[in-house]
Amino acid sequence: MQLLKLKETVEFMRFRKGAMVFSILLMLAALGSLFVNKLNFGLDFTGGTLIEVGFDQAANLNQIRQIMDSNGYDDAVVQLYGSSKDVVIRLAQREDVKAEMLGNQILSILKQGTGQELVMRRIEFVGASVGDELTEQGGLAMLTALICILVYVAFRFEWRFALGSVFALFHDVLLTLGLFSVLQLEFDLTVLAAILAVIGYSLNDTIVVSDRIRENFRKIRDGGPEEIINISLTQTLSRTFITSITTLLVLVALFYQGGALIHGFATALLFGVFVGTYSSIYVASAVALGLGISKEDLIPEVIEKEGADQEAMMP
Amino acid sequence: MLNKSPLWKTLLVIFVVAIGALYASPNLYGEDPAVQISGLRGVEADATTLDTIKSQLDQQQVGFSSIALEQGQVLVRFKNTENQLKARDLLDDSLGGKYSVALNLTPATPEWLAGIGGTPMKRGLDLSGGVSFTMEVNMNEAIVKAQDGMVGDFRSDLRNEKIRYRSVKKSTNGIDIQFRNAEDLAQATSYLKRRNRDLLFTENEETLTLSATMSEQKLKEIREYALQQNITIIRNRVNELGVAEPLVQRQGQKNIIIELPGVQDTAKAKEILNATATIEFRMVDQESDLGNALNGRVPASSQLLYDRDGRPTLVKKRIMLTGDHIVDAGSSFDEYSRPQVNITLDSPGGSKFSNATKNNIGKPMATVFIEYKPTERKDSEGNTIFEKHEEIISVATIQARLGKSFRITGAGSQQEAHNLALLLRAGALIAPIQIVEERTVGPSLGAENVELGFQAIVGGFALVFIFMLIYYRAFGVVANLALGANLILIVGVMSMIPGATLTLPGMAGIVLTVGMAVDANVLIFERIREELREGKSVQQAIHQGYDAAFSTILDANITTLIAAIILYAVGTGPIKGFAITLSIGIVTSMFTAIVGTRTVVNAVWGGKRLDKLSI
Repeated sequence: MQLLKLKETVEFMRFRKGAMVFSILLMLAALGSLFVNKLNFGLDFTGGTLIEVGFDQAANLNQIRQIMDSNGYDDAVVQLYGSSKDVVIRLAQREDVKAEMLGNQILSILKQGTGQELVMRRIEFVGASVGDELTEQGGLAMLTALICILVYVAFRFEWRFALGSVFALFHDVLLTLGLFSVLQLEFDLTVLAAILAVIGYSLNDTIVVSDRIRENFRKIRDGGPEEIINISLTQTLSRTFITSITTLLVLVALFYQGGALIHGFATALLFGVFVGTYSSIYVASAVALGLGISKEDLIPEVIEKEGADQEAMMP
Repeated sequence: MLNKSPLWKTLLVIFVVAIGALYASPNLYGEDPAVQISGLRGVEADATTLDTIKSQLDQQQVGFSSIALEQGQVLVRFKNTENQLKARDLLDDSLGGKYSVALNLTPATPEWLAGIGGTPMKRGLDLSGGVSFTMEVNMNEAIVKAQDGMVGDFRSDLRNEKIRYRSVKKSTNGIDIQFRNAEDLAQATSYLKRRNRDLLFTENEETLTLSATMSEQKLKEIREYALQQNITIIRNRVNELGVAEPLVQRQGQKNIIIELPGVQDTAKAKEILNATATIEFRMVDQESDLGNALNGRVPASSQLLYDRDGRPTLVKKRIMLTGDHIVDAGSSFDEYSRPQVNITLDSPGGSKFSNATKNNIGKPMATVFIEYKPTERKDSEGNTIFEKHEEIISVATIQARLGKSFRITGAGSQQEAHNLALLLRAGALIAPIQIVEERTVGPSLGAENVELGFQAIVGGFALVFIFMLIYYRAFGVVANLALGANLILIVGVMSMIPGATLTLPGMAGIVLTVGMAVDANVLIFERIREELREGKSVQQAIHQGYDAAFSTILDANITTLIAAIILYAVGTGPIKGFAITLSIGIVTSMFTAIVGTRTVVNAVWGGKRLDKLSI
């Protein structure tokens, strides 16, 4: 079976200007949203208390909010979590009540207020100091990862590819963050893990494409860089397609069956796979193309350059 | 001939998958309910304890499936939880006080498998239920305490040297000493500089002040020591909880992470972690009659205390010294190779102790262990009431006037001396600790997470399986074989590596690897198709396909691996869990997708005359 039957080379790079504008607009929108809406940081980053309670019947959120309000917890965020019987309550960090007491206290006022049987399913109490440290570490992890990738790709391929792939990664991460900011989805550590996975996925895609471009530059002597990139993208297109499909299949399974705890994780990755696939074509390749050749440059020069590079890489 | 694998390669693939399957297999056996009995405060469970437990269980006809002594703990396994609970109650009553009796789940790995190191994967808290605490050590306190020590040291040093000073005061990260004249200042400077090489001294001749500051190095040492010491203390306390696989680990500069899988009673865990244990030195009351005291006539100034074997001793109520003056304690042997405990006090403690012991040479002194244990009772505000628990751990005769460092003999065996030193150290928290983060996952939520994660893996797998089968037909079967082998290898490696813990994001990582692992095969298969389209022969196409795809797969996976390894090194908690499975998954999938499928493809299609390929 074959999903794509391509006889002719698809002229991907023809649309690269439009795609670039599109990408830049999206990135600006994401940046704007990050500035205006910010990220809805989860407990891991802000500090505070999270209590997950299981009710024996469908929970009445309004009633719960009222109960919390009237007991002095007016900052409580009450949400359903996964099912109509599971509720998470998030509280900002407080000085006056000891953490160890808080859970029991809230459980008992809720029991009294709703008259329902409750089970404490999860309680997390995170100090903001730890939150700070985690934010720092998370950011540091990403930065280090990006730099190391840049170095490896520059070493294995060429600096234009390296810049292209890192730019693509930056693009994907920014857009995913933007999505979380626009939709105000909770950004917790699992989402951070997902973003790191998006980096992995996007990178995988970019490298596969770059690899083919490099190969074709060496193989095909006649044809401009734009043409060669188009040929390479067309050749790898069916692979890109299949891999995206299998990954998406798995992610859909995660999204629907993985439970509420990894919902954010699955959402970020689902989105990330789409952007990652798009960016390997229209960001990574387009940037490499844009960096490599200005319009006046002639084709042989580029081929020579590739050849020179190849020689330089040979011991 | 093209596409024939050498025998060693085929054998290697079979061998690797077989080993993977072998080490993955302990996960199939599940867990046995068990009761774990471990000694408290220096007591160790031994063969006698084991016999006692065995006979008690037999007597009450509580059936158990096995009983064993492992690392100073007795582990009794049961067929069902009913017997487990019965046994716990029974043993709790009979062993009481001296041992902790804890419920436990123990892997039911068969002995031969356990013998070759087979263990099931460790599950993170999110999957097993349990508590995790992050405790922060108050480093300011640690430094203030060190400064206090320095103030005392300087004062006594100067006094001993007969150098007159006006005042000794704490400053930021150090001490300021004021003198009356330049001569004293110069004398003190040269003397103190010699004695304290790890401090930086600056003289100010105008204000007649000598400032001593702790170097960065010294500050770092203090912090490091406070952290290490608190970890030791917490480890001791965690052991008392009798948790199966507790984790006590430093995180960063001042935090300690404690993970207690399976613990549901968080209140108890917290109380024990926060519990304050300390040591007091008191004189033994020799004037009054022990017999009278035992009959209830205890003199007002004395108190009747017991040691851990129940032997009574009458001790004075007046405390000579408390444990918070202890800076360090260790065990060694004296000149007659009897075990001894060496104790070092801080300066104020040293002079206090020296005064207290000078008139009591030749008399017995008791070391009393004090612990505040939480009770079931609560006060009006809902705070747990703590009960003071006192126990004599040693009685020793004072040989000479004791100063800053001294030793206690008569601790019995070397092991006991060692434990006593541990307790003394544990009694002296250098810096207070507080819980900054706490996570509790209920057992039901943990079970649910496993269930959901498992479903997602099965669901994702099934979808990918079907897709590959339809899309690549016979080669799809090969890719699916590789996928299955990949999962077995991931589980096998996760079980083998001691530090690897399966968490929910880790499960997500496995699921993701499944999606991405297919990529290597897709790359190869698409290449083969391309080659076929170009009119190459079947054998040529297979050969070229694998060849051409190899460097691409390598590059793509290495870059992802770099990212995963960095995540592991820098990340914590869920990120680490994810990074572990992802890195393992990348490595195993490279093996199964490149080497594994090649072997199968070669075995089925290699070296034959074929006109068409089912791809």
